[in-house]
Amino acid sequence: MNSSSRGGTFVMVLYLVFLMLPIYWLVNMSLKTNFEINTTVSLWPRDITFEHYIKIFTDSSWYSGYINSLTYVVLNTIISISLALPAAYAFSRYTFVGDKHLFFWLLSNRMAPPAVFALPFFNLYSAIGLFDTPWAVALAHCLFNVPLAVWILEGFMSGVPREIDETAAIDGYSFPRFFVKIFMPLIASGIGVAAFFCFMFSWVELLLARTLTATNAKPIAVTMTRTVSAAGMDWGLLAAAGVLTIIPGALVIWFVRNYIAKGFALGRV
Amino acid sequence: MMEKPLNNRAWLLVAPVFLIVAFSAILPIMTVVNYSVQDTFGNNQFFWNGLGWFQELLDPSTELGGRFFDALWRNLMFSAIILAIEVPLGILVALSMPRDGWKVAATLVLMALPLLIPWNVVGTIWQVFARADIGLAGWALNALGIPYNYTGDVISAWVTIVVMDVWHWTSLVALLCYAGLKSIPDAYYQAARIDGASRWAIFTTIQLPKMKRVLLIAVLLRFMDSFMIYTEPFVLTGGGPGNATTFLSIDLVKLALGQFDLGKAAAMSLVYNLIVLAVCWVFYTVMTHAGTERPVREIAS
Repeated sequence: MNSSSRGGTFVMVLYLVFLMLPIYWLVNMSLKTNFEINTTVSLWPRDITFEHYIKIFTDSSWYSGYINSLTYVVLNTIISISLALPAAYAFSRYTFVGDKHLFFWLLSNRMAPPAVFALPFFNLYSAIGLFDTPWAVALAHCLFNVPLAVWILEGFMSGVPREIDETAAIDGYSFPRFFVKIFMPLIASGIGVAAFFCFMFSWVELLLARTLTATNAKPIAVTMTRTVSAAGMDWGLLAAAGVLTIIPGALVIWFVRNYIAKGFALGRV
Repeated sequence: MMEKPLNNRAWLLVAPVFLIVAFSAILPIMTVVNYSVQDTFGNNQFFWNGLGWFQELLDPSTELGGRFFDALWRNLMFSAIILAIEVPLGILVALSMPRDGWKVAATLVLMALPLLIPWNVVGTIWQVFARADIGLAGWALNALGIPYNYTGDVISAWVTIVVMDVWHWTSLVALLCYAGLKSIPDAYYQAARIDGASRWAIFTTIQLPKMKRVLLIAVLLRFMDSFMIYTEPFVLTGGGPGNATTFLSIDLVKLALGQFDLGKAAAMSLVYNLIVLAVCWVFYTVMTHAGTERPVREIAS
């Protein structure tokens, strides 16, 4: 690459400031008392307080929201990756009847608007008795995460030369043993990236998660709407809850930071 | 590249994915099709209504058709605006990435951060940032004498939603372009330097062609996701002021889960989905064509 000139640094710094400014304001707000939020606009908390965070960590109706969200996100990631692995292998290694159409159909589901599915999903998961469980949300998110995982993994797998498969077969490896022992380590970064994306899209989605849960499996995003009450908005609490939803994402990014650029290109660079 | 062998047993490997996506996609769509041709007076009594809802939906002079075309138009405008900003800005940011060292990792992590924030929290962040009474941006703009109030003024609401989307998603475009740029061998740049190529010539003849594929993916993802945007504007403006920011998904959810107008909502869902499918098909065709010219991929390391 080139650039990195002074102009480049200037653009980058400006862009990062633009990205961080609203987040800074959220963090700032979460450390203020509601009295200070409502009466003054201050660039840093005059009267720093952790009361909002303490409330979230001690009130089970609050912290269970985080647990519920993480539960369906992890379930969804596991289901999506384990189903997508063999399928992506098939797409990357073989041609078969209808493969192109199937691939397009899968892709089109990644693009389908969740709003279209909200009501029918509600009916469907109520009918099979999964409504208000983490499984309902985990399965519903498969609609867009499974196709995405197949797409990413196919990109990474096609980068592995087919000779490796043939050599392993000659060496007497059975297909499952070859797949787990040899092939999966070769595309480990691809699996990491695909898992990252499944985590990401399941974590940020709200419409389906809200529609498919009532009380027991209520995600944190829905719990946050409780800060509106007759007494007005509890801005401090809302801000603290928001800050805490950013943290899991930040941790996950840190783990995949070296693959993130290639990952965002879906393994196709 | 060698041709891939024909093997129909590969279907066995694809079957689990096919089944779960069919369960999540085909069954619900069948329900929607079923609703779309019926009318109800409540109590779970349904009447055959044929294509009545579709006729109403596609006729802009009716109430249903009017709101559908309004929302569709608003949504297309929105998608066009954010693409016109995010794509050039994303390219510029990608070109401005630091060269190496810890700065790259730090920049990547900071850039990706907005992408990992739940969408309702994105709405909340911009709400507390843009409000005139408690938000930094809203307060500062008003202090500078610029009239700004996103809950009451249509222009302010649109500007806020567009800036929010730029804040939220430009990094996706930038990261994609960065991935494309990274795949350019240094030798290309050295050759360009020897030829005395200008900065602009390097951009148009080396960098842009290398980014073509990833830019296609970026435009596809950004178009689709902005075309189904729901949560962020819902939290920020609730579709208001009036209906000024009621995009297709917001309108659909109002119709289906707010008014329980199942027949109308179902007809709208199907037309909405067909538009998405058509656009997706165009992109897919263009992308697979671009793919045939591409060189052998490097090994995923």
